[in-house]
Amino acid sequence: MLAFLLKRLASLVFTMLAVSALVFAAFEFTPGQVATKVLGPFSTQDQRDRLMEELGLNRPVWERYIEWLGNTLTGDLGYSTLFKTAVNNIIWDRLANTLLLAALAFAIIVPLSILLGIAAGMREGSVLDRTISVGSIVTTSVPEFASGVFLASIFVIGLGWLPGTSPLDSGAGWPIAAQLVLPVTVMVLYDLGYVVRMVRASMVEVMTRPYIRTAILKGLSFRDVILKHALRNAMIAPFTVILLQINYLITGVVVVEAVFAYPGFGRMILESALAQDVATVQAASLFAVFVSVMTQIAGDLGYMMLNPRIRFS
Amino acid sequence: MAMTENAGAVSQIWERVRLLRESPVGVIGAFLVAFWVVVALFAPLLAPFEPNASNLDALGDPTPSAVNWLGVDMSGRDILTRIIWGSRTVLSVAPVAVFAAYALGCLLGLLAGYYRGWVDNLINRVSDIILSFPAIVLYIIVIMRFGPSAFNIVLAVIFIATPQIMRIVRGMTLELREREYVAAAKMRGESALYIMFVEILPNARGPLIVDACLRMGYTTIAIGVLGFLGLGLPPPDPDWGGMVKDSYALMSIYPHMALFPAAAITSLVVGFSLLADGMREISMRD
Repeated sequence: MLAFLLKRLASLVFTMLAVSALVFAAFEFTPGQVATKVLGPFSTQDQRDRLMEELGLNRPVWERYIEWLGNTLTGDLGYSTLFKTAVNNIIWDRLANTLLLAALAFAIIVPLSILLGIAAGMREGSVLDRTISVGSIVTTSVPEFASGVFLASIFVIGLGWLPGTSPLDSGAGWPIAAQLVLPVTVMVLYDLGYVVRMVRASMVEVMTRPYIRTAILKGLSFRDVILKHALRNAMIAPFTVILLQINYLITGVVVVEAVFAYPGFGRMILESALAQDVATVQAASLFAVFVSVMTQIAGDLGYMMLNPRIRFS
Repeated sequence: MAMTENAGAVSQIWERVRLLRESPVGVIGAFLVAFWVVVALFAPLLAPFEPNASNLDALGDPTPSAVNWLGVDMSGRDILTRIIWGSRTVLSVAPVAVFAAYALGCLLGLLAGYYRGWVDNLINRVSDIILSFPAIVLYIIVIMRFGPSAFNIVLAVIFIATPQIMRIVRGMTLELREREYVAAAKMRGESALYIMFVEILPNARGPLIVDACLRMGYTTIAIGVLGFLGLGLPPPDPDWGGMVKDSYALMSIYPHMALFPAAAITSLVVGFSLLADGMREISMRD
């Protein structure tokens, strides 16, 4: 267990180093553009050279990479040219907003997908199974921006029940809770189907096992067979999948946040990318990768704890 | 020899089509995909107007009418025409990107699974690093760095999908390389390339065809999302995601401008997903 953990942590460090080098390199091939951008297109070569020297951009790439890495590790994420402040001053607020969205969506997705997956998987091929399976394929196939448009035209324009934007500012005339409904719904719709199919597949497999047949044959009610025998074993395989959804919910929310003008982490990445705000994009991508690698490790650990038969080589 | 092989392939495809009819879900999916393929192929004949021509008279009432069946957008361009031409964008970029990602992913997966050892380690390491990026973040970085164009979207899809395909192919290669027919081919003295591409890859095709179909759906979503985020094809050429983005601000007054392109992309992705499900169903039967 400890050896496994150390091995995963070592690979985490390796991955993060490689990713940071990649993210750094992606934007550092042509540092000359920075000077032109700051000083404008009518600046002279002499002015640009001086600014480059001031910013330290004329030093070799690896030297600047080490400095940037050191700064990042010590918590200095650089200066955002878009928000005109230190990246540190915006990124944490944005993350907190996204966490709120992600937590709500997660709290709905997990119980709902387990319920639907088990209902579908307990009798393979039944009408209920086909309905849930096809339904989950369809909801997962609707792009988030399209379901945003569909839901907005029904609930915002048609019925007027909900606001179409979610700036998390009650001054807009809608309570914060109402502003969260549509973004959370879009995330749940898009993400739910995948988890449902995983739970269903696992449930279908468990239902063919001899101990389920034994439980049925010894006269247990179908309800007890499902709840006491099948459920627990059917949850082992989808556990990792469920944990990996955290990754999507925190870092994949770019589209949802763009649709509803939600002031979160995803929209910050998009805005800073569109404005060529390199420092913010770099910091945000590093954080996104960190979250994704950590959820993978957590998934492996949880899987190991749920299923003691699994040993890692 | 080649003739009989060809005839075999054709009858196999026909067999699949015949089997697909037994899956109602698959038929619906195949119909949706076929519909858009036909629309894309005959776009110049089907579209009532020029895709970038604006009719300023129609702007007085841009909602659907007898002339502009789906209405016009805020520049007075016919929405039906732009949806029809937009299908060409999606259905040319997505297949090219998926096909290229498959070519590369199959090659790397076969190499990793067949040779194992350091080749496998190296390919896996690099894949792990790419896979540790959330896809959307990677798309944003690639497009931000290299600029929005059809070619760069294809590059981004290849970059992101190749490691995923590689993993599937590698897993199947690890299993198939232990089969008797591979041992027989080795005994005959066939080259490693022959074994990988003639003995192993064709036997892995079932799950790969299903995955390729699903992936066409994902790629369609990705193209739409990039368009919606303003990272897609540069204007004025029509693309569904971009059409939604351009008209989204006017949703409260003219919802039709965003609704129709959103419905178009949804129907195509649902088509791919249902088709994939139908094919998975029939592949499990045999």
